[in-house]
Amino acid sequence: MKAKHRFALAVVVLGLLMTGPFVVTSLLVWLDMKEAERDMLTGLLLSRLPVGTMMTLFGFVIGVLVLHKLFKQYVEGLLRMAETLRMMLSANRNFRVTPEGPPEVQQLARAANDLAQQRDELMDDVDAQISRAKASVEEEKNRLAALMSELAQAVVVCNLDGRILLYNNRARLQFKALAQGPTSVSGGALIGLGRSIFSILEKNQVQHAQEVISQRLSSGKTAMSNFITTTRSGQLLRAQMVPVLSASGDETKAMSGYVLTVENITRSMEQEARRDQAMHSMTEGSRSSLGSIRAAVTNLIDYPDMEVELRERFMRVVDDEAARMSQRLDQTMAEFSDSMKTRWPLEDILGIDVIAAAQRRIEDKLKLPIKMEELDDTLWVKADSFSLVFALVFLAAKLQDHYEPRELRFRLSSEGKLAYLDLIWAGAAMSSETFYTWEMETMQVGGENSPLSLRDVIDRHGGEIWYQREKAAHRAFFRFVLPVATPEVAQEQDERSRGANRPEYYDFDLFNFEDKSIDLDRKLSDLTYTVFDTETTGLEPSNGDEIIQVGAARIVNNRLLRQEVFNQLVDPERPLKPESIPIHGITEDMVRGQPNIDVVLPAFHEFCEDTVLIAHNAAFDMRFLQLKEERTGIKFSQPVLDTLLLSAVIHPNQESHKLDVILERLGIQIGSRHNALEDALATAAVFLKLVPLLEEQGIMTVRQALEASEKTYFARIKY
Amino acid sequence: MAHKILIVDDEPNIVISLEFLMKKEGFEIAVATDGEEALAKVASFGPDLMLLDVMMPKKSGFEVCEALRADPANAGLQIVMLTAKGRDTEVAKGLAIGADAYVTKPFSTKELVAKVKSMLGVA
Repeated sequence: MKAKHRFALAVVVLGLLMTGPFVVTSLLVWLDMKEAERDMLTGLLLSRLPVGTMMTLFGFVIGVLVLHKLFKQYVEGLLRMAETLRMMLSANRNFRVTPEGPPEVQQLARAANDLAQQRDELMDDVDAQISRAKASVEEEKNRLAALMSELAQAVVVCNLDGRILLYNNRARLQFKALAQGPTSVSGGALIGLGRSIFSILEKNQVQHAQEVISQRLSSGKTAMSNFITTTRSGQLLRAQMVPVLSASGDETKAMSGYVLTVENITRSMEQEARRDQAMHSMTEGSRSSLGSIRAAVTNLIDYPDMEVELRERFMRVVDDEAARMSQRLDQTMAEFSDSMKTRWPLEDILGIDVIAAAQRRIEDKLKLPIKMEELDDTLWVKADSFSLVFALVFLAAKLQDHYEPRELRFRLSSEGKLAYLDLIWAGAAMSSETFYTWEMETMQVGGENSPLSLRDVIDRHGGEIWYQREKAAHRAFFRFVLPVATPEVAQEQDERSRGANRPEYYDFDLFNFEDKSIDLDRKLSDLTYTVFDTETTGLEPSNGDEIIQVGAARIVNNRLLRQEVFNQLVDPERPLKPESIPIHGITEDMVRGQPNIDVVLPAFHEFCEDTVLIAHNAAFDMRFLQLKEERTGIKFSQPVLDTLLLSAVIHPNQESHKLDVILERLGIQIGSRHNALEDALATAAVFLKLVPLLEEQGIMTVRQALEASEKTYFARIKY
Repeated sequence: MAHKILIVDDEPNIVISLEFLMKKEGFEIAVATDGEEALAKVASFGPDLMLLDVMMPKKSGFEVCEALRADPANAGLQIVMLTAKGRDTEVAKGLAIGADAYVTKPFSTKELVAKVKSMLGVA
């Protein structure tokens, strides 16, 4: 019953209470009376009836007023409070009941407020604890990621299906270097979260290693397995596998994944082979000549009285073969000198970095000012930088003790395969004996000792050192000759800067990832997507317009991976339309010499493997891809989601679903746009925002999203 | 009758010494400078012993040796492989495919002469 009705009922009851007893009593008395008594009573009453009625009415009105007041204060007041409390429960936690009305209601309000207060404190406490816990987990993860990214080895962590859960920067660079082909990502060495390691390493070998580890685990041995594998591009990789054991406290620990450390040994194997070749050329190549010489010489000795002509022939043999041997020796040394060097592990380091380190130590330890002359700041050397810097500081200290130079200078240059690092000073000439003793004594600077002599350091580098005077300038220098290095992997900075945050190189949630063939009934947030965009010469694919750029990024586990992108210009093999250039900002110069679509499409197809495609106004981009199907034989058969249609599903009454408008509507801030990659990244951001909004509408799976998209008006536009 | 020796080597500088030495020892000598010529000379010259180099044009010493050993008519022919290949795996191969002795260059001429003589039983 509504409060209003109850009020009306109460009023009726009040009326009855006030009149009822009098009327009933009067009726009973009336029935009991004789005729005369009745007439007398009527006469008495009728004359005073107005007063009684007035009094009754007055009492009734007062009663109703009191009732109304009580109703307002207790019933309506409590109802209002209940609403407020509901609001505090759901929408606005910080809302409070205003204490008003009668004291009892106010007390109730205060008690409710106190309860709310207590609840808020508890909730805050829980929130704080959760975020603390989250932060520490996050910190641990970050620490792990940082650790991994600093490692010089390429590390990849996979689950049992071979899906990649973590990789470090080194792995990325190494596998990128493996990729062959003209596009930025191609050649079957695609590394990415959730991708299969088997595109890089031979599946059978990985699985064999897995079996070996399982066997070793069950027999209680150190679980580890090594293998060497050849990539599609012919490179040799040495991989070491160790298991990731499941965290459960069971006695028998099960393997839930594995860590692979991968090293490209192609170079060292080549060096090994060259070394072998050199050895071979030196030994077996010399045997024949030596055999001929030895036989000829023995004959000459054993038969001193042979004919002159014959003797001369034997002498020529000796002369001839000796000359050949010398020649071979020279040739071998020239060819193989690199591979004959000592095997001390030298690192590739920028020459100027060695000099900078030496400068700091010398200025710090010896208070001797350092100046720089010409420095080749692009020169890499092969060096053991610690011992080399120590040697430089040692020489500086020796010079300071003996010649008291006011300053020292460094110079760095190169000639062919040799780098020259010069330590220059002005002062008196020095004897070669002095330098010889310096070279041989074990090095000591201040309190620091090295077990090595200067000569040891030089030998370790397969280098040389000498003392030389520049007479005209009245100064002298020590010249360190070191082998020049060609750094194996150039560091790339551009990709680091793309993601403002730390690189997304890991995702441990993938440990529980099932195999990833696309299942339309999986939750939207669980799938892996490739979000892409194309730039084209124009808007009419069926009229000969062509793709000139493809940009794409991946969404894995509801996270946009800014490191794993596809970004490729395409030569359309036809002139660009001048009016379109301001739109995409791509000029003729930029596309000429780029691979054509026949090359780019297979690479992009590989990049999209096993993912759902997402594009804004996907029908347009898909049309371009479909028109190439026949020519390239590449078919994009996976499901495609369109953010334009999804936006129309969410906001059916909005007029515009242009990407810019949607970005603004969803409050997404994006830097520059209108190149394919930037647009793909923007589209990805839109999609991630749309997922929870779709879920609110009950659209949970890809199938549902596709069905809802089809029903929107925009789905009917055809290209 | 003097024993016949066939010298097979493509290096004239060693051939001259071997020829000189063996002649001094009183053997009858023929020379071949590649594998095919060697097979032809075995047929025409009919040597008792052959000094066979391994690294040669056309046919390697190994191939010549195998070809000769495949024909029972040559069972009596003694083969001394003479080579710059010093690895023990190659020595093993040479002996396995039917060489009677394997001498690695550089060698002592005296020892070679002694070996040849003992193999021909003229010590």
